[in-house]
Amino acid sequence: MRNEDELTMTKRENDTITWETFNEGLWRENPVFVMLLGMCPVLAVTNSAINALAMGLATTFVLLASGALISLLRRSIPKQVRIATYIVIIATFVTIVDYTIQAISLDLYNALGAFIQLIVVNCIILGRAEAYASRNRPLKAMTNALGMGMGFTFALLCLGVVREILGAGSLFGFDLFGPRFQPWVVMVLPPGGFLVLGAWLLLFEWIRQRKARTALKPATET
Amino acid sequence: MPEETLSFIFLNAVLANNFVLALFLGLCPFLGVSGKLDTALPMGLATMFVMLVSSVCAYLINLLLVSFEIEFLRLIAYIAVIASAVQLVEMALKKFSPGLFRSLGIFLPLITTNCAILGLALFQTFKEYDFLQSLVYALGAGAGFTLAILLMAGLREKLDLSTMPTITQGAAVSLMLGGLLSLSFMGFAGLGG
Repeated sequence: MRNEDELTMTKRENDTITWETFNEGLWRENPVFVMLLGMCPVLAVTNSAINALAMGLATTFVLLASGALISLLRRSIPKQVRIATYIVIIATFVTIVDYTIQAISLDLYNALGAFIQLIVVNCIILGRAEAYASRNRPLKAMTNALGMGMGFTFALLCLGVVREILGAGSLFGFDLFGPRFQPWVVMVLPPGGFLVLGAWLLLFEWIRQRKARTALKPATET
Repeated sequence: MPEETLSFIFLNAVLANNFVLALFLGLCPFLGVSGKLDTALPMGLATMFVMLVSSVCAYLINLLLVSFEIEFLRLIAYIAVIASAVQLVEMALKKFSPGLFRSLGIFLPLITTNCAILGLALFQTFKEYDFLQSLVYALGAGAGFTLAILLMAGLREKLDLSTMPTITQGAAVSLMLGGLLSLSFMGFAGLGG
Protein backbone atom coordinates (compact mmCIF):
# COMPACT_ATOMS: atom_id res chain seq x y z
CA MET A 1 0.00 0.00 0.00
CA ARG A 2 2.74 2.39 1.05
CA ASN A 3 4.72 1.38 -1.98
CA GLU A 4 1.85 2.23 -4.25
CA ASP A 5 1.52 5.63 -2.61
CA GLU A 6 5.16 6.37 -3.25
CA LEU A 7 4.74 5.27 -6.82
CA THR A 8 1.88 7.64 -7.39
CA MET A 9 3.82 10.40 -5.69
CA THR A 10 6.80 10.03 -7.99
CA LYS A 11 4.47 9.73 -10.90
CA ARG A 12 2.68 12.91 -10.04
CA GLU A 13 5.88 14.91 -10.19
CA ASN A 14 6.22 14.67 -13.96
CA ASP A 15 2.49 14.78 -14.31
CA THR A 16 1.89 18.49 -14.36
CA ILE A 17 0.15 19.99 -17.32
CA THR A 18 2.23 22.77 -18.76
CA TRP A 19 1.95 24.96 -21.80
CA GLU A 20 4.44 22.60 -23.39
CA THR A 21 1.95 19.70 -23.19
CA PHE A 22 -0.37 21.69 -25.37
CA ASN A 23 2.16 23.42 -27.55
CA GLU A 24 3.89 20.17 -28.49
CA GLY A 25 1.16 19.32 -30.96
CA LEU A 26 0.32 22.86 -31.96
CA TRP A 27 3.74 23.90 -33.11
CA ARG A 28 6.89 22.12 -31.96
CA GLU A 29 5.83 18.69 -33.23
CA ASN A 30 3.06 19.78 -35.53
CA PRO A 31 1.67 16.52 -36.93
CA VAL A 32 1.54 17.74 -40.52
CA PHE A 33 4.44 20.12 -40.99
CA VAL A 34 6.99 18.44 -38.73
CA MET A 35 6.04 14.79 -38.47
CA LEU A 36 4.33 14.39 -41.85
CA LEU A 37 1.56 12.22 -40.43
CA GLY A 38 -1.97 11.86 -41.65
CA MET A 39 -1.20 13.20 -45.09
CA CYS A 40 -4.20 11.74 -46.90
CA PRO A 41 -6.93 14.00 -45.47
CA VAL A 42 -4.47 16.90 -45.45
CA LEU A 43 -4.19 16.82 -49.21
CA ALA A 44 -7.59 15.45 -50.13
CA VAL A 45 -10.09 17.70 -48.38
CA THR A 46 -8.23 21.00 -48.34
CA ASN A 47 -9.62 22.27 -51.64
CA SER A 48 -11.63 24.84 -49.71
CA ALA A 49 -11.16 26.48 -46.33
CA ILE A 50 -14.53 25.36 -44.98
CA ASN A 51 -13.86 21.70 -45.79
CA ALA A 52 -10.46 21.99 -44.15
CA LEU A 53 -11.96 23.48 -41.00
CA ALA A 54 -14.66 20.80 -40.77
CA MET A 55 -12.16 18.02 -41.25
CA GLY A 56 -9.84 19.52 -38.65
CA LEU A 57 -12.60 19.82 -36.07
CA ALA A 58 -13.87 16.29 -36.71
CA THR A 59 -10.36 14.91 -36.27
CA THR A 60 -9.86 16.98 -33.13
CA PHE A 61 -13.04 15.57 -31.63
CA VAL A 62 -11.99 11.99 -32.36
CA LEU A 63 -8.52 12.68 -30.94
CA LEU A 64 -9.96 14.15 -27.74
CA ALA A 65 -12.61 11.53 -27.14
CA SER A 66 -10.46 8.52 -27.96
CA GLY A 67 -7.56 10.00 -25.98
CA ALA A 68 -9.77 10.43 -22.92
CA LEU A 69 -11.27 6.94 -23.12
CA ILE A 70 -7.98 5.17 -23.80
CA SER A 71 -6.33 7.07 -20.97
CA LEU A 72 -9.14 6.06 -18.59
CA LEU A 73 -8.88 2.42 -19.65
CA ARG A 74 -5.08 2.34 -19.82
CA ARG A 75 -4.71 -0.04 -16.87
CA SER A 76 -7.35 -2.51 -18.00
CA ILE A 77 -6.30 -2.91 -21.66
CA PRO A 78 -4.00 -5.95 -22.03
CA LYS A 79 -0.73 -5.19 -23.76
CA GLN A 80 -1.10 -7.84 -26.48
CA VAL A 81 -4.38 -6.60 -27.91
CA ARG A 82 -3.92 -2.89 -27.31
CA ILE A 83 -3.68 -1.85 -30.96
CA ALA A 84 -6.87 -3.69 -31.86
CA THR A 85 -8.59 -2.15 -28.84
CA TYR A 86 -7.46 1.35 -29.81
CA ILE A 87 -8.69 0.87 -33.36
CA VAL A 88 -12.10 -0.28 -32.20
CA ILE A 89 -12.40 2.67 -29.79
CA ILE A 90 -11.35 5.10 -32.52
CA ALA A 91 -13.72 3.51 -35.03
CA THR A 92 -16.60 3.94 -32.59
CA PHE A 93 -16.00 7.68 -32.24
CA VAL A 94 -15.51 8.08 -35.97
CA THR A 95 -18.87 6.41 -36.57
CA ILE A 96 -20.42 8.93 -34.17
CA VAL A 97 -18.80 11.86 -36.02
CA ASP A 98 -19.84 10.40 -39.36
CA TYR A 99 -23.52 10.22 -38.44
CA THR A 100 -23.41 13.61 -36.69
CA ILE A 101 -22.03 15.42 -39.74
CA GLN A 102 -24.58 13.64 -41.91
CA ALA A 103 -27.31 14.97 -39.63
CA ILE A 104 -25.98 18.53 -39.45
CA SER A 105 -25.08 19.25 -43.06
CA LEU A 106 -25.54 16.89 -45.96
CA ASP A 107 -23.60 19.22 -48.29
CA LEU A 108 -20.56 19.07 -46.07
CA TYR A 109 -20.95 15.31 -45.76
CA ASN A 110 -20.94 14.91 -49.52
CA ALA A 111 -17.97 17.26 -49.93
CA LEU A 112 -15.84 15.34 -47.44
CA GLY A 113 -16.99 11.99 -48.80
CA ALA A 114 -15.30 8.88 -47.52
CA PHE A 115 -12.64 10.92 -45.75
CA ILE A 116 -14.73 11.26 -42.60
CA GLN A 117 -14.79 7.49 -42.22
CA LEU A 118 -11.12 7.38 -43.14
CA ILE A 119 -10.30 9.32 -39.96
CA VAL A 120 -10.06 5.82 -38.48
CA VAL A 121 -6.83 5.17 -40.32
CA ASN A 122 -5.33 8.59 -39.63
CA CYS A 123 -1.93 7.75 -38.18
CA ILE A 124 -1.99 10.80 -35.89
CA ILE A 125 -4.79 9.37 -33.78
CA LEU A 126 -3.38 5.89 -33.39
CA GLY A 127 0.06 7.38 -32.82
CA ARG A 128 -1.19 9.61 -30.01
CA ALA A 129 -3.11 6.72 -28.47
CA GLU A 130 -0.03 4.54 -28.44
CA ALA A 131 2.54 7.14 -27.48
CA TYR A 132 0.63 9.41 -25.14
CA ALA A 133 -2.88 8.48 -24.03
CA SER A 134 -1.86 5.00 -22.91
CA ARG A 135 0.77 6.46 -20.57
CA ASN A 136 -0.77 9.57 -19.11
CA ARG A 137 -3.57 10.81 -16.90
CA PRO A 138 -6.84 11.57 -18.73
CA LEU A 139 -6.61 15.33 -18.25
CA LYS A 140 -3.05 15.51 -19.52
CA ALA A 141 -3.81 13.22 -22.43
CA MET A 142 -6.76 15.40 -23.35
CA THR A 143 -4.68 18.59 -23.20
CA ASN A 144 -2.12 17.04 -25.48
CA ALA A 145 -4.81 15.71 -27.80
CA LEU A 146 -6.37 19.16 -28.00
CA GLY A 147 -2.99 20.63 -28.93
CA MET A 148 -2.46 18.00 -31.60
CA GLY A 149 -5.97 18.53 -32.95
CA MET A 150 -5.46 22.30 -33.06
CA GLY A 151 -2.12 21.84 -34.80
CA PHE A 152 -3.75 19.57 -37.36
CA THR A 153 -6.61 22.02 -37.90
CA PHE A 154 -4.12 24.86 -38.26
CA ALA A 155 -2.17 22.96 -40.90
CA LEU A 156 -5.33 22.04 -42.80
CA LEU A 157 -6.42 25.68 -42.75
CA CYS A 158 -3.00 26.80 -44.02
CA LEU A 159 -3.48 24.60 -47.05
CA GLY A 160 -7.20 25.17 -47.47
CA VAL A 161 -6.93 28.96 -47.41
CA VAL A 162 -4.10 29.11 -49.95
CA ARG A 163 -5.73 26.61 -52.28
CA GLU A 164 -9.14 28.27 -52.15
CA ILE A 165 -7.76 31.78 -52.73
CA LEU A 166 -5.59 30.71 -55.66
CA GLY A 167 -7.89 28.11 -57.15
CA ALA A 168 -11.30 29.67 -56.74
CA GLY A 169 -10.60 33.31 -55.82
CA SER A 170 -12.69 33.09 -52.68
CA LEU A 171 -12.28 32.50 -48.95
CA PHE A 172 -14.83 30.53 -46.90
CA GLY A 173 -17.15 30.87 -49.90
CA PHE A 174 -16.93 34.69 -50.09
CA ASP A 175 -15.73 36.10 -53.38
CA LEU A 176 -12.49 38.04 -52.92
CA PHE A 177 -11.41 39.41 -56.26
CA GLY A 178 -14.63 40.00 -58.18
CA PRO A 179 -15.63 38.53 -61.53
CA ARG A 180 -12.46 39.41 -63.45
CA PHE A 181 -10.28 37.04 -61.46
CA GLN A 182 -8.94 34.17 -63.49
CA PRO A 183 -8.86 31.19 -61.11
CA TRP A 184 -5.81 28.98 -61.04
CA VAL A 185 -7.89 25.82 -61.30
CA VAL A 186 -5.06 23.35 -60.84
CA MET A 187 -4.77 24.47 -57.22
CA VAL A 188 -8.13 22.96 -56.23
CA LEU A 189 -7.39 19.80 -58.23
CA PRO A 190 -5.22 16.99 -56.77
CA PRO A 191 -1.80 18.31 -57.95
CA GLY A 192 -2.43 21.58 -56.12
CA GLY A 193 -2.50 19.74 -52.80
CA PHE A 194 0.96 18.30 -53.34
CA LEU A 195 2.40 21.57 -54.60
CA VAL A 196 0.98 23.79 -51.84
CA LEU A 197 2.06 21.43 -49.06
CA GLY A 198 5.51 21.21 -50.67
CA ALA A 199 5.69 24.99 -50.74
CA TRP A 200 4.72 25.29 -47.07
CA LEU A 201 7.37 22.72 -46.13
CA LEU A 202 9.98 24.66 -48.10
CA LEU A 203 9.00 27.83 -46.27
CA PHE A 204 9.23 26.22 -42.83
CA GLU A 205 12.53 24.55 -43.68
CA TRP A 206 13.91 27.88 -44.85
CA ILE A 207 12.85 29.58 -41.62
CA ARG A 208 14.32 26.75 -39.55
CA GLN A 209 17.66 26.86 -41.32
CA ARG A 210 17.86 30.63 -41.07
CA LYS A 211 17.18 30.42 -37.35
CA ALA A 212 19.82 27.73 -36.94
CA ARG A 213 22.35 29.81 -38.86
CA THR A 214 21.79 32.97 -36.85
CA ALA A 215 21.91 31.00 -33.59
CA LEU A 216 25.13 29.33 -34.62
CA LYS A 217 27.01 32.40 -35.79
CA PRO A 218 28.05 34.02 -32.50
CA ALA A 219 29.19 30.69 -31.02
CA THR A 220 31.38 29.33 -33.80
CA GLU A 221 32.49 31.59 -36.58
CA THR A 222 32.28 29.53 -39.76
CA MET B 1 -23.79 0.59 -61.50
CA PRO B 2 -24.11 -2.66 -63.42
CA GLU B 3 -23.38 -1.05 -66.81
CA GLU B 4 -19.70 -0.54 -65.94
CA THR B 5 -17.65 -3.18 -67.71
CA LEU B 6 -14.82 -4.92 -65.91
CA SER B 7 -12.12 -3.43 -68.12
CA PHE B 8 -13.51 0.04 -67.47
CA ILE B 9 -13.38 -0.49 -63.72
CA PHE B 10 -9.80 -1.75 -63.95
CA LEU B 11 -8.48 1.09 -66.12
CA ASN B 12 -10.38 3.65 -64.09
CA ALA B 13 -8.76 2.46 -60.87
CA VAL B 14 -5.27 2.24 -62.36
CA LEU B 15 -5.09 5.47 -64.32
CA ALA B 16 -7.95 7.96 -64.25
CA ASN B 17 -8.78 7.63 -60.56
CA ASN B 18 -5.40 6.41 -59.38
CA PHE B 19 -5.71 5.85 -55.64
CA VAL B 20 -2.54 7.70 -54.73
CA LEU B 21 -2.30 10.50 -57.26
CA ALA B 22 -5.95 11.39 -57.80
CA LEU B 23 -7.74 10.28 -54.64
CA PHE B 24 -4.92 10.88 -52.13
CA LEU B 25 -5.18 7.49 -50.49
CA GLY B 26 -2.15 5.70 -49.11
CA LEU B 27 0.21 8.66 -49.04
CA CYS B 28 2.19 7.52 -45.99
CA PRO B 29 3.83 4.52 -47.71
CA PHE B 30 3.93 6.48 -50.97
CA LEU B 31 6.20 9.06 -49.35
CA GLY B 32 7.83 6.75 -46.83
CA VAL B 33 8.85 3.62 -48.74
CA SER B 34 9.51 5.15 -52.15
CA GLY B 35 13.20 5.76 -51.51
CA LYS B 36 14.43 2.68 -53.36
CA LEU B 37 13.02 0.57 -56.18
CA ASP B 38 13.96 -2.65 -54.34
CA THR B 39 11.65 -1.94 -51.43
CA ALA B 40 8.98 -0.08 -53.40
CA LEU B 41 8.04 -3.09 -55.53
CA PRO B 42 7.41 -5.55 -52.67
CA MET B 43 5.59 -2.84 -50.77
CA GLY B 44 3.30 -2.33 -53.75
CA LEU B 45 2.72 -6.05 -54.17
CA ALA B 46 2.05 -6.58 -50.45
CA THR B 47 -0.45 -3.74 -50.49
CA MET B 48 -2.09 -5.21 -53.59
CA PHE B 49 -2.42 -8.60 -51.89
CA VAL B 50 -3.94 -7.09 -48.75
CA MET B 51 -6.30 -5.12 -50.96
CA LEU B 52 -7.51 -8.29 -52.70
CA VAL B 53 -8.01 -10.18 -49.44
CA SER B 54 -9.76 -7.32 -47.68
CA SER B 55 -11.91 -6.58 -50.71
CA VAL B 56 -13.26 -10.14 -50.74
CA CYS B 57 -13.78 -10.09 -46.97
CA ALA B 58 -15.42 -6.69 -47.07
CA TYR B 59 -17.83 -7.86 -49.74
CA LEU B 60 -18.91 -10.88 -47.69
CA ILE B 61 -19.14 -8.88 -44.46
CA ASN B 62 -21.25 -6.25 -46.13
CA LEU B 63 -23.71 -8.93 -47.26
CA LEU B 64 -23.91 -10.13 -43.68
CA LEU B 65 -24.32 -6.63 -42.22
CA VAL B 66 -27.03 -5.71 -44.72
CA SER B 67 -28.97 -8.89 -44.06
CA PHE B 68 -28.99 -8.11 -40.32
CA GLU B 69 -29.56 -4.36 -40.92
CA ILE B 70 -26.58 -3.31 -38.80
CA GLU B 71 -24.73 -1.19 -41.37
CA PHE B 72 -23.53 1.22 -38.69
CA LEU B 73 -21.05 -1.44 -37.62
CA ARG B 74 -19.48 -1.45 -41.10
CA LEU B 75 -16.45 0.67 -40.24
CA ILE B 76 -15.52 -1.37 -37.16
CA ALA B 77 -15.98 -4.68 -38.97
CA TYR B 78 -13.90 -3.60 -41.96
CA ILE B 79 -10.99 -2.33 -39.95
CA ALA B 80 -10.88 -5.50 -37.86
CA VAL B 81 -10.75 -7.64 -41.01
CA ILE B 82 -8.02 -5.50 -42.56
CA ALA B 83 -5.93 -5.70 -39.40
CA SER B 84 -6.09 -9.50 -39.48
CA ALA B 85 -5.27 -9.64 -43.19
CA VAL B 86 -2.18 -7.52 -42.59
CA GLN B 87 -1.15 -9.78 -39.75
CA LEU B 88 -1.42 -12.72 -42.15
CA VAL B 89 0.80 -11.07 -44.75
CA GLU B 90 3.29 -10.13 -42.06
CA MET B 91 3.57 -13.68 -40.78
CA ALA B 92 3.90 -15.10 -44.29
CA LEU B 93 6.64 -12.62 -45.22
CA LYS B 94 8.52 -13.23 -41.97
CA LYS B 95 8.54 -16.95 -42.72
CA PHE B 96 9.37 -16.91 -46.42
CA SER B 97 11.47 -13.78 -46.84
CA PRO B 98 13.05 -12.46 -43.62
CA GLY B 99 15.31 -10.01 -45.45
CA LEU B 100 12.40 -8.34 -47.15
CA PHE B 101 10.53 -8.37 -43.85
CA ARG B 102 13.31 -6.36 -42.24
CA SER B 103 13.69 -3.88 -45.08
CA LEU B 104 9.99 -3.00 -45.06
CA GLY B 105 10.19 -2.51 -41.30
CA ILE B 106 7.51 -0.49 -39.60
CA PHE B 107 5.70 0.14 -42.86
CA LEU B 108 4.45 -3.42 -43.04
CA PRO B 109 2.19 -3.31 -39.95
CA LEU B 110 1.31 0.23 -40.99
CA ILE B 111 -0.48 -1.18 -44.04
CA THR B 112 -3.33 -1.53 -41.54
CA THR B 113 -3.55 2.22 -41.31
CA ASN B 114 -3.06 2.64 -45.04
CA CYS B 115 -6.18 4.50 -46.02
CA ALA B 116 -6.05 3.05 -49.54
CA ILE B 117 -7.21 -0.29 -48.19
CA LEU B 118 -10.05 0.92 -46.02
CA GLY B 119 -10.89 3.42 -48.76
CA LEU B 120 -11.13 0.61 -51.29
CA ALA B 121 -13.48 -1.38 -49.04
CA LEU B 122 -15.67 1.69 -48.48
CA PHE B 123 -15.73 2.77 -52.14
CA GLN B 124 -16.73 -0.65 -53.41
CA THR B 125 -19.59 -0.60 -50.89
CA PHE B 126 -20.71 2.90 -51.92
CA LYS B 127 -20.57 2.01 -55.60
CA GLU B 128 -22.49 -1.22 -54.98
CA TYR B 129 -20.14 -3.38 -57.00
CA ASP B 130 -20.93 -7.08 -57.23
CA PHE B 131 -18.38 -9.72 -56.30
CA LEU B 132 -16.47 -9.86 -59.59
CA GLN B 133 -16.49 -6.10 -59.98
CA SER B 134 -15.10 -5.65 -56.46
CA LEU B 135 -12.33 -8.10 -57.20
CA VAL B 136 -11.33 -6.30 -60.40
CA TYR B 137 -11.57 -2.95 -58.64
CA ALA B 138 -9.21 -4.19 -55.91
CA LEU B 139 -6.80 -5.53 -58.52
CA GLY B 140 -6.85 -2.20 -60.37
CA ALA B 141 -6.39 -0.17 -57.21
CA GLY B 142 -3.46 -2.34 -56.17
CA ALA B 143 -1.87 -2.08 -59.61
CA GLY B 144 -2.38 1.68 -59.56
CA PHE B 145 -0.74 1.95 -56.16
CA THR B 146 2.20 -0.17 -57.29
CA LEU B 147 2.57 1.90 -60.44
CA ALA B 148 2.58 5.16 -58.52
CA ILE B 149 5.06 4.02 -55.88
CA LEU B 150 7.39 2.56 -58.55
CA LEU B 151 7.36 5.78 -60.59
CA MET B 152 8.09 7.76 -57.46
CA ALA B 153 10.91 5.44 -56.39
CA GLY B 154 12.52 5.65 -59.84
CA LEU B 155 12.39 9.42 -59.77
CA ARG B 156 13.79 9.63 -56.27
CA GLU B 157 16.67 7.29 -57.10
CA LYS B 158 17.64 9.63 -59.94
CA LEU B 159 17.20 12.62 -57.69
CA ASP B 160 19.64 11.23 -55.13
CA LEU B 161 22.41 11.54 -57.70
CA SER B 162 21.84 15.20 -58.38
CA THR B 163 22.71 18.16 -56.21
CA MET B 164 19.94 20.27 -54.78
CA PRO B 165 19.70 23.30 -52.52
CA THR B 166 19.70 22.19 -48.88
CA ILE B 167 16.22 23.43 -48.09
CA THR B 168 14.61 21.20 -50.69
CA GLN B 169 16.09 18.02 -49.31
CA GLY B 170 13.65 15.75 -47.50
CA ALA B 171 9.91 15.71 -47.80
CA ALA B 172 9.38 18.95 -49.68
CA VAL B 173 10.93 17.77 -52.91
CA SER B 174 9.08 14.45 -52.72
CA LEU B 175 5.82 16.34 -52.46
CA MET B 176 6.73 18.51 -55.44
CA LEU B 177 7.50 15.35 -57.41
CA GLY B 178 4.18 13.91 -56.33
CA GLY B 179 2.49 17.06 -57.57
CA LEU B 180 4.10 16.74 -60.98
CA LEU B 181 3.21 13.04 -61.22
CA SER B 182 -0.34 13.84 -60.21
CA LEU B 183 -0.46 16.58 -62.84
CA SER B 184 0.60 14.14 -65.53
CA PHE B 185 -1.94 11.54 -64.37
CA MET B 186 -4.66 14.15 -64.82
CA GLY B 187 -4.12 13.62 -68.53
CA PHE B 188 -5.89 10.28 -68.13
CA ALA B 189 -9.00 11.97 -66.76
CA GLY B 190 -10.87 11.58 -70.02
CA LEU B 191 -10.62 7.80 -69.81
CA GLY B 192 -12.93 7.38 -66.84
CA GLY B 193 -15.57 9.25 -64.96
